[in-house]
Amino acid sequence: MVHWLFAVGILFVGLCLFAEALAGREVWHMRHWRKYLWPALTFVLGLFLWPVMAFFTNSAIHMYAHGSWADGLMLAGAAELGLVHGRLHSPLWRLTWPLAFVITGIAFIVHEQNPWLFARSAFLHHLIGWTFIVGALAPLALAFRPRSAAFQAAFAAVIVVVSIQLFADRDVAPIFGHLSPLAGQQHR
Amino acid sequence: MNTTFVTEAAQQHDIRAHAISLLGPLVAAAGLVWAILQPHRITLLHPRGQGFWWLVVEPPLYVVAAGIVFTLVVARPLLADLERHRATTR
Repeated sequence: MVHWLFAVGILFVGLCLFAEALAGREVWHMRHWRKYLWPALTFVLGLFLWPVMAFFTNSAIHMYAHGSWADGLMLAGAAELGLVHGRLHSPLWRLTWPLAFVITGIAFIVHEQNPWLFARSAFLHHLIGWTFIVGALAPLALAFRPRSAAFQAAFAAVIVVVSIQLFADRDVAPIFGHLSPLAGQQHR
Repeated sequence: MNTTFVTEAAQQHDIRAHAISLLGPLVAAAGLVWAILQPHRITLLHPRGQGFWWLVVEPPLYVVAAGIVFTLVVARPLLADLERHRATTR
């Protein structure tokens, strides 16, 4: 259920990134509030990961994973806010995005201790983890070519794909007909 | 200025504006299709026995809402700015 709430926020960030890629940064920055929109939303999503870490304390690795995502998202969101506001000048701050992607990807893979076909949530954790790790190439390329609409669209596409994957998550559900008896009774 | 370049730039601008205007409705339509294909995901339709959070979190409706909010809050002002930018650079 928490995954779905985050999926909505991530979807909105992805839509904003797509719109910015299509309109161009110059037009996107024509209104002050708009240039802060998706970096601020990213920062807030990072903030909301802290309660997830604090209240879902079923394992230590789960807490470490959510804590590291919170750090990664807040760092990337804050760096982007600093860049669009003009407080930060070095384009190297954009490297916080691929860093956040890699941290998130590793955390997703490490905190899922079951194999791919254990249940749908296990499959999606592995898939989302690898999507983030491979998808880190998009923000990495964007850090060196910040005006490239193609790289920005690729960045947006990774974010939207992750949100779709999060929407596909279920409590206990089979994946390609596989559901481990250890996963429990199928529901939701 | 070469009129071919001006026409090409205007066409590209139109395609971009069209794509931006389609983003929100496409997402809202995707949410609507999801709601029709999996009505059991909308617990408001069968609220008996559902807990508070299962009634609050309605993923297909959230997708529809994301599309509508994006269209009204982001896409419309952005399209107006795109048109203004086009007029000033013409």
